[in-house]
Amino acid sequence: MTNSESTVNNGVNVEALLGAREALSDAPEAAQFSWRASCEWKKGTHSRTVVEGYYGLGEEHSHKTSFSFDADHPETFAAEDNGATPVEIVLVGLASCLTAGIAAVAQHRDIQIHSCKATIEGGMDIQGILGVDSEVRNGFNGIRVHYDIDADATEDEISALVAQSQKRSAVYDVVTNPTNVTVDVN
Amino acid sequence: MGSLRKTTTVIIGAGHAGLAMSKCLSDLGVDHIVLERGQVANSWCAERWDSLRLLTPNWQSRLPGYSYKGDEPNGYRSMPEVIQFISDYANFISAPVQVNTNVLKVRATEYGFKLLTSQGEWECKTLVVASGACNIPNVPKIAKNIASKLETFTPIQYRNPDQLPQGGVLVVGASATGVQLANEIHLSGRPVTLSVGEHVRVPRFYRGRDIKWWMDASGLLDESYDEIDDLRRARRVPSLQLTGSKNPIILDLNHLSSIGVKLVGRVAGMNEGSLQISGSLKNITKLADLKMDRLLDGIDEWAEKNFLNGEIGKSERFKTTNVDESPSLAIDITSGEVKTIIWATGFRPDLSWLDVPVLNHKGEIRHNGGIVEYPGMYLLGMQFLRKRKSSLIDGAGDDARFLSKHLRAYIDGSLT
Repeated sequence: MTNSESTVNNGVNVEALLGAREALSDAPEAAQFSWRASCEWKKGTHSRTVVEGYYGLGEEHSHKTSFSFDADHPETFAAEDNGATPVEIVLVGLASCLTAGIAAVAQHRDIQIHSCKATIEGGMDIQGILGVDSEVRNGFNGIRVHYDIDADATEDEISALVAQSQKRSAVYDVVTNPTNVTVDVN
Repeated sequence: MGSLRKTTTVIIGAGHAGLAMSKCLSDLGVDHIVLERGQVANSWCAERWDSLRLLTPNWQSRLPGYSYKGDEPNGYRSMPEVIQFISDYANFISAPVQVNTNVLKVRATEYGFKLLTSQGEWECKTLVVASGACNIPNVPKIAKNIASKLETFTPIQYRNPDQLPQGGVLVVGASATGVQLANEIHLSGRPVTLSVGEHVRVPRFYRGRDIKWWMDASGLLDESYDEIDDLRRARRVPSLQLTGSKNPIILDLNHLSSIGVKLVGRVAGMNEGSLQISGSLKNITKLADLKMDRLLDGIDEWAEKNFLNGEIGKSERFKTTNVDESPSLAIDITSGEVKTIIWATGFRPDLSWLDVPVLNHKGEIRHNGGIVEYPGMYLLGMQFLRKRKSSLIDGAGDDARFLSKHLRAYIDGSLT
């Protein structure tokens, strides 16, 4: 368990996270967060999405700076390729969420990570999005993530880090479980 | 309604926990009554399926002043045997049990507590809640939408496969209840799909001994609530994936898939006529495999230190759980393939009668090792109340011994 004499440093403030967990289990209303993004169409399949503010702990917050994400489609799709495709951005979200989780869980378990690299791949049959075959789903037919991790731990301990990070990951949950999506228009 | 009766302590529930407390209070000379909604060992009589046997071996059900004397210490009690055991204990300790007394309301008074029951009112200075951890089946919200389309059962309603229509059965939950029901229903000729959420995989036997022997001998079951890293989580860990049977087997997911039970992920939602299944099955089984190996590593270490290596079987590891490359992500409940759903998704206590402000936002009693936040009130029989074994019959004794002393000191005004 983490203690003040520990020399393990993955750059994660576990004490703060554990403190938050303790505080929020007695004040569930403060745990209600709302994450937001605003997206504007540019041209063709190109859009720019900006992430700036979010709500949590009972009040509005801003990121230190606003972040913007260009999304487009590659030339294979007769587009201009001004950014990653939206499905690639989903992979970015999943890989970065799992990786953050691995670092946090490792810190909590007193495991020093030296390097942690993931490759992620989502398979897709585009007959779905093109409307060629209505039995083919639009989304990924499967996602594979491969981790290469160098850490001061046994193979089983490293496997357990990766498994625990999936168990606690928001994006893993978003991808593996259904979510109600409501879209309206002015 | 009778007149108001007074006693020092009312114990609610005449199961193993309430009776253990009754014995300890008698030993300390505390005047008390045990109120029981039905008969002694009521849940075991009325709310369990026919084939169920205790998950702990006979020798392990030790109650204050009482233990197993038969010639099958390693067997597992059937339900009639559990009922007999607990009733014999009630007689042995001459417990002051008032049966057929349903507690309808409990509120705090200046004196202590006032109870409204189906047999009149009681007033007491101290109260022990031993009404059980498994009164109400925890079914997910979507169960409501499904009830009209399929036969549905909770483990409290289920008795045996003959109750179910012919055709497919979806068992939701892969802890002790889920794997046992999946096994017997599949063997009855009804094709079973098992929806697997988080579970605790352990082998029934390891190195020639019952896993419960190892957990007891190595001190794991005696781990205390104030030494545990994440108590909130420890109190929610699902039941061990075990079965107690006449001819005991290792009833794990590999065994179930080998006999033809189909494994799918956790039920995550419902969309029109289709149950949506989580894509996390691989990770769920991986977590359980790794966790089992950690338990077995700990047992091996303990065996090594305690010079048991010559007397016991060789260390071994079990096959990792085998799941399909791409398990189904949806189950169509309108196709007729599945006729029945069984929700083996856990239980929670029924505290609807409790009108004392001690519940947290999840409806659980706030307590510190069984000492409830409200002075004079005590809790027993809950998961990891004071020790890892608190929810077992074998755990009630230690908890009752400690809490009865605290209760006595509270009455005497000598609490420090």
